[in-house]
Amino acid sequence: MTSPNDTSASIQATGAAGLDAASQSKQRRLAWRSTLQAIGMLPVLIILGVVFELMSGRFMSFQNLSIVMQQASINTVLAAGMTFVILTGGIDLSVGSILAAAAMVAILGSLIPEWGMLGIPAALLAGLGFGLLNGALIAFAKLPPFIVTLGSLTAVRGVARLLGGDTTQFNPQLPFAFIGNGTLFGLPWLVWIAFAVVIISWFILRRTVLGVHIYAVGGNPDAARLTGIKVWAVLLFVYAFSGLAAGLGGVMSAARLFAANGLQLGQSYELDAIAAVILGGTSFVGGIGSIWGTLIGALIIAILSNGLILVGVSDIWQFIIKGLVIIGAVALDRYRLKGSART
Amino acid sequence: MTGSTPILEMKDISKTFPGVKALTNVTLTVYPGEIHALMGENGAGKSTLMKILSGAYQADPGGEIRINGQHVTIDGPLAARQHGISIIYQELSLAPNLTVAENMLLGREHKSGPMVDRRSMEKACQDVLGRLGVHFRATTKVSELSMAERQLVEIARALIANSRILVMDEPTTSLSSRETEAMFALVRQLKAEGLAIIYISHRMAEIYELADRVSVLRDGSYVGTLVGDEISAERLVQMMVGRDLSSFYKKEHDAHQSRGPVMFAVRNMGDGVRVHDCSFDLHEGEVLGIAGLVGAGRTELARLIYGADPRTSGEVFLQGKHLAIHRPEDAINSGVVYLTEDRKHLGLFLDLTVRENVNVSVLGRDARVGGVLNLRSAKERAAAAIKALAIRVAGDGVLVGSLSGGNQQKVLLSRLLETKPKVLILDEPTRGVDIGAKSEIYRLIDELAKRSVGIIVISSELPEIVGICDRVLVMREGRIEGEVGGAGHLPVTQENIISIATGVREAAE
Repeated sequence: MTSPNDTSASIQATGAAGLDAASQSKQRRLAWRSTLQAIGMLPVLIILGVVFELMSGRFMSFQNLSIVMQQASINTVLAAGMTFVILTGGIDLSVGSILAAAAMVAILGSLIPEWGMLGIPAALLAGLGFGLLNGALIAFAKLPPFIVTLGSLTAVRGVARLLGGDTTQFNPQLPFAFIGNGTLFGLPWLVWIAFAVVIISWFILRRTVLGVHIYAVGGNPDAARLTGIKVWAVLLFVYAFSGLAAGLGGVMSAARLFAANGLQLGQSYELDAIAAVILGGTSFVGGIGSIWGTLIGALIIAILSNGLILVGVSDIWQFIIKGLVIIGAVALDRYRLKGSART
Repeated sequence: MTGSTPILEMKDISKTFPGVKALTNVTLTVYPGEIHALMGENGAGKSTLMKILSGAYQADPGGEIRINGQHVTIDGPLAARQHGISIIYQELSLAPNLTVAENMLLGREHKSGPMVDRRSMEKACQDVLGRLGVHFRATTKVSELSMAERQLVEIARALIANSRILVMDEPTTSLSSRETEAMFALVRQLKAEGLAIIYISHRMAEIYELADRVSVLRDGSYVGTLVGDEISAERLVQMMVGRDLSSFYKKEHDAHQSRGPVMFAVRNMGDGVRVHDCSFDLHEGEVLGIAGLVGAGRTELARLIYGADPRTSGEVFLQGKHLAIHRPEDAINSGVVYLTEDRKHLGLFLDLTVRENVNVSVLGRDARVGGVLNLRSAKERAAAAIKALAIRVAGDGVLVGSLSGGNQQKVLLSRLLETKPKVLILDEPTRGVDIGAKSEIYRLIDELAKRSVGIIVISSELPEIVGICDRVLVMREGRIEGEVGGAGHLPVTQENIISIATGVREAAE
């Protein structure tokens, strides 16, 4: 979609050129609505930042913000993949499990003497493979995404445990440890990776044919098919991309911890990823949303965790507050866009 | 009639949206026991006016609404209902999983103590249904009813709420001709019972047949009201658009004199259920109509040809070459495209922009290496389409969902034309489209025929079929029963088409 500012400006400029009043006002209203959507949750993000700074006095330091971004990075990567899936009107519940399995593959791969770096491509391929499997079941067998990925949530978790012999696998000499702990130009590698994934996602969604097709399939699957769009290919792609993102998340996680545990790693990560996408204003029924919204959503979640710790809130209350903020923020969003939102 | 007190007077109604005046001092006076048609192009302000009447919008201060001479304030849907106003919308608003009775009394369930009193509800509803002379019962689930029957439920719902003013917004859009006849009879009966009916329609024939008076809006202003004998198509069109009707069905291409060679052939097409053994030829530059009652299998046949549904038999040839069409993209790639009858659900992407909607079928052809969008060519195509089809829109970045029906249809047509089709199948190309856009679409069809595109037009509007088609196939119960207009066939007239479509007469050779 175009920048909302362009739209409203051009309506101002050409409004007199023969547009009837009602449709003009409708167009103006929609332009205003898309402006609101573009700003989205940014105000919430800023307010949260200011509140935590006032309460703790150390939230806004460069060091702390860098930590926040680092904490947000893995969820951002998962949520980017999730954004693709939700834009088509689907859901991917299996990303946490795929992350665990991929992390396990990464650690096991890193133990190969001399060829430890192979752990990275191996983990990515594992994630991609699971994603393709999800996608094939959804695109070809036409099973509901919720059911398919609910199944793989459990099954892939089992695979992760199987791979690691149901124990925690370590590699203190991890050849790609820099990814999890090193910095580049003062920012952690994890942050750079997450940002790169966001940029790539933006490019695919907004600058490629595939991107338009993703929005089209999510907005109106029947019309997409009649228009000659290969709906199956789009579905296969989004689940494969989500799997790949989860695989990358697995590498990041393994690199950070020097270890992987099939049972615990990535538990309920899918929920944080879905929360980030929804906070970002992406419609749950598909067709509307943006990757920038998802980035803001992921940052809000990370700021909440970090800020509540800084302020000294107990672990139990953190859960309760996080949950309420997610509901409250989305409720606020719906209220603001009343009459136009469709989730 | 004019001697009695008006049941509804809307005076000096204006409505300003931020920066735009949608209605300016509009007047509407409706008497009990009359059918009052409200006409105007899409965007003329009809629906805004009706939304003010139903309480969905508030009019600007200064206007006045009187019911039975009493000044009233309609500040919400509830107030409208209390004043006896009911609106039957184009998009039906029934819950399909509930029964007829539950739908009719939704929100006003009868109670005995804390419990819902189903028996009393069903009895009350059955009484009203009996009055309407319908065949289904109050206990039927709405999902089991046809579109026409659902509309009857909507009307019954208005009656059980004791409405005195009934607004019907294009009630016959989804009805077959037989159902339409029944609907007309019902509307007349309601009129005889003293209800006032505000009837919104684009179909001139319906206005002739039903309306006692016609009020016309243009650009948010009241133009005038015609009574009885004054009502004529010429005058109404002039009032609506300030244009006359003589060039409405203008045909410049002439397929009779210089009919091109056969370019497209369909043989033995069928799906084993709704379409059986359909074969026909289409000539270069010909406009071929497919007529028939709703449910005759016209849309189904088109979808089979286009590869949208699986077929059990049938072959398609283009310029003598057999086409292997299994999916819509196969058809598009060989130059056969299909305009759906249901542009909102099966055609457009309402949340995408005009530019994306126009380009979506050709994005792949235009793309740079790696499937990267060619933004410049997309912009150029959109700009050219907006200009060529006179799409009224502020820019190509506007969401399609915000356009009027006629402009949406033009966007969808441009999308098809961008694929450079050789054969164009148009299913109800002017459904829900205002008169101005309609004549532009006819002109476009004529223009394409002149450029040797083969065009198939499916339409339920007989004047349209007769007006623009060179030859017409008539379908009944999934088969092509006859043909009018070709050499050795009856001429193209509404009577000939209807008698074949209803089975009164087999096609004479």
